[in-house]
Amino acid sequence: MRVLAALSGGVDSAVAAARARDAGHDVVGVHLALSKVAHVSGSRGCCSAEDARDARRVADMLDIPYYVWDMHEEFRESVIDDFVAEYQAGHTPNPCLRCNESIKFAAVLDRALALGFDAVSTGHYARLIDTPGGRELHRAVDPAKDQSYVLAVLQADQLAHSMFWLGDSFKDDVRAEAHDRGLLVAAKPDSHDICFIPDGDTAAWLRDRLGEQPGDIVDAQSGDRVGAHQGAYAFTIGQRRGLSLAAPAVEGERRYVVDVDVRSNTVFVGSADLLGIATIEAIDPRWTQTPLSGSFDATVQVRAHGEPLSATVDILDDDILDDDSLDDDSGARWRITLHETLRGVAPGQAAVLYDGTRVLGSATIDATAP
Amino acid sequence: MARRPIYLDHAATTTLRPEAAEAWLRVSHDVGNPSSLHAAGRAARRVVEESREQAAAALGVRPSEIVFTAGGTEADNLAVKGFAWAHEDRRAIVCSPIEHHAVLDPVEWLVAHHGYEVRYPAVDALGRVDVQSLEALLDDEVAVCSVMWANNEIGTVQPMAAIARSCRERGIPFHSDAVQALGMIPMDATLPGLTAFTLSGHKIGAPVGVGALVIDRDATIAALIHGGGQEREIRSGTVDAAGIAAFAIAVDHAVGEQAELAARLVALRTALVEGVLSTIPGTELQGDPGAGVDERLPGNAAITFDGCEGDALLMLLDAVGIACSTGSACTSGVPEPSHVLLAMGVDGATARGTLRFSLGRESTPDDVEALLEALPSVVERARRAGRPRLVSRS
Repeated sequence: MRVLAALSGGVDSAVAAARARDAGHDVVGVHLALSKVAHVSGSRGCCSAEDARDARRVADMLDIPYYVWDMHEEFRESVIDDFVAEYQAGHTPNPCLRCNESIKFAAVLDRALALGFDAVSTGHYARLIDTPGGRELHRAVDPAKDQSYVLAVLQADQLAHSMFWLGDSFKDDVRAEAHDRGLLVAAKPDSHDICFIPDGDTAAWLRDRLGEQPGDIVDAQSGDRVGAHQGAYAFTIGQRRGLSLAAPAVEGERRYVVDVDVRSNTVFVGSADLLGIATIEAIDPRWTQTPLSGSFDATVQVRAHGEPLSATVDILDDDILDDDSLDDDSGARWRITLHETLRGVAPGQAAVLYDGTRVLGSATIDATAP
Repeated sequence: MARRPIYLDHAATTTLRPEAAEAWLRVSHDVGNPSSLHAAGRAARRVVEESREQAAAALGVRPSEIVFTAGGTEADNLAVKGFAWAHEDRRAIVCSPIEHHAVLDPVEWLVAHHGYEVRYPAVDALGRVDVQSLEALLDDEVAVCSVMWANNEIGTVQPMAAIARSCRERGIPFHSDAVQALGMIPMDATLPGLTAFTLSGHKIGAPVGVGALVIDRDATIAALIHGGGQEREIRSGTVDAAGIAAFAIAVDHAVGEQAELAARLVALRTALVEGVLSTIPGTELQGDPGAGVDERLPGNAAITFDGCEGDALLMLLDAVGIACSTGSACTSGVPEPSHVLLAMGVDGATARGTLRFSLGRESTPDDVEALLEALPSVVERARRAGRPRLVSRS
């Protein structure tokens, strides 16, 4: 097959591309230029020059062609603008998931298919298993690296043209393999931060874009003003750090953000037990295979590295009438009743449903209840 | 890849001339710093000075007017900053908006960091600087005017004599980046009013890493690199005898072979352009359609493919062994819409769909034939990719 291997400049995508080539595919490496930051001098913007160079050197060593695709406009529109708007609305978005949904397995995949490629290969840790019932997306065997959560937004026609080569591997083995292959990125540290916020200070990054909006921090139970903030948009439910509270808590117990009201620009804090939720409602579902309906038990995960929890799922307003149109399910809503209490869930996070290791689908949390 | 590689990117860099390679290696084997006072130093210096004379004779300038540099970009920087800083009471720079980044970026840097004012003349739809518009910008505030001899992306030859005359009448130093012109079109280095021009070795078959700024001996220029005082204290640094020997012999050959090469490349280029425009719908030649050496660089064919992304075309051609270019690319490889086409009034989408094919000494009718054979299916595929949405999703 003709395979477009996305090369980030990191070790995972490098080993994935190497495995694709070794499997006999005709592989072309593409580095995605996603964000443009002002160059130190000169008139043109350049993007993560070191990563681009590392990606190029990986392609050289694999003896495959290499190109840079400029996707920074698509990335800004679909990922960065969405990220800002979501925080502004008091939600907590996951930009990696958005990038997979609208860039890597959409804009890039579309272009690759049009240019004659058969599939896009990435260094994600997840497994694709072909069964008589269709292609299934499963968790990776390495629980520490499993990225099925951020891929759960992919639908059948996207998964059909995807290749994940690392789902059966442990990270240490991938590094060792990169080393054995002589890939210079073998020892490169993992990236943890949001790629367009290189210093990791999301609150400051948002403040640069949304401005300071001073407001009150209020005790959720007493209603007392216990502190001040520079913009409610920068707070996430469950957050404990970064709260400069004037009034000490009763009995010195830790206080968390328990609610964010962007309309009144108020951050509510309280004890950990106020964070407990029992039901989640989520909208805008994406199914990896045929959409499910009715009521069923599944495990649910609400964060990239969160615990999977058992739950009962009810599919509401299920108005799928036409089997061959996967796009008509936007009216559906999931009600997820947890079998155990979960703490600190924010609107905007994705609720991903699993059956064992298999991903069923993903939807965006829009409400929670104790 | 079954076919032999087809190289249609000679404006980016071209094949090393055997005679330049021979001189380069021969001189490299001899020890000796041209600035040293002993026999070995004198021998190296002799090579440098003989080379300077050889290049000067070919160009029709005085040997002392040639300042060797490490390439075209350095020579352009020297001209822009050197003339600006030599006339510090003058705070404006005039340059065309279609210059190579080796001129544009130092100008923009002077604006950003040294408070200079930049003035851009108008450029017409063929990519030619409007002389009247340029004249209106020339006053006693202008420290330097820089307009390239011929454009690297679309091949348009600029009205050198008229611009030089205008600058001369107003006593303004006039610099021209002649990197693409040398060896391709006739160059009158004695043009009245032409103060300095830039040459690059690797565009004419010398190695990368050597070039020159030819500066009128009466002109005043400030040095950018200070050190040992080499090259009339304009360009310090150990003089590269081997590179200069290769450069001089390449200049000599390039000038001597210019007329014959131009005639051959104009015929090849005409076949290429006519072949593309007549067989592929939705294509258009950018730049001057004239075939004269005062109109367009003989080897340049800049063609717009409607509904295509240039980088998709480039990738698909690369896959079948054909090398071309989308214009200037930044070092990370991100394609930008050409500032040259944008200055000509071309819209962004058209600019992105433009490829530059550039022919050189070794180009043959077979190369053009191979391109014409490969292009239709490549363009068809790129057009499909230009309007993608094959994966349905909500």
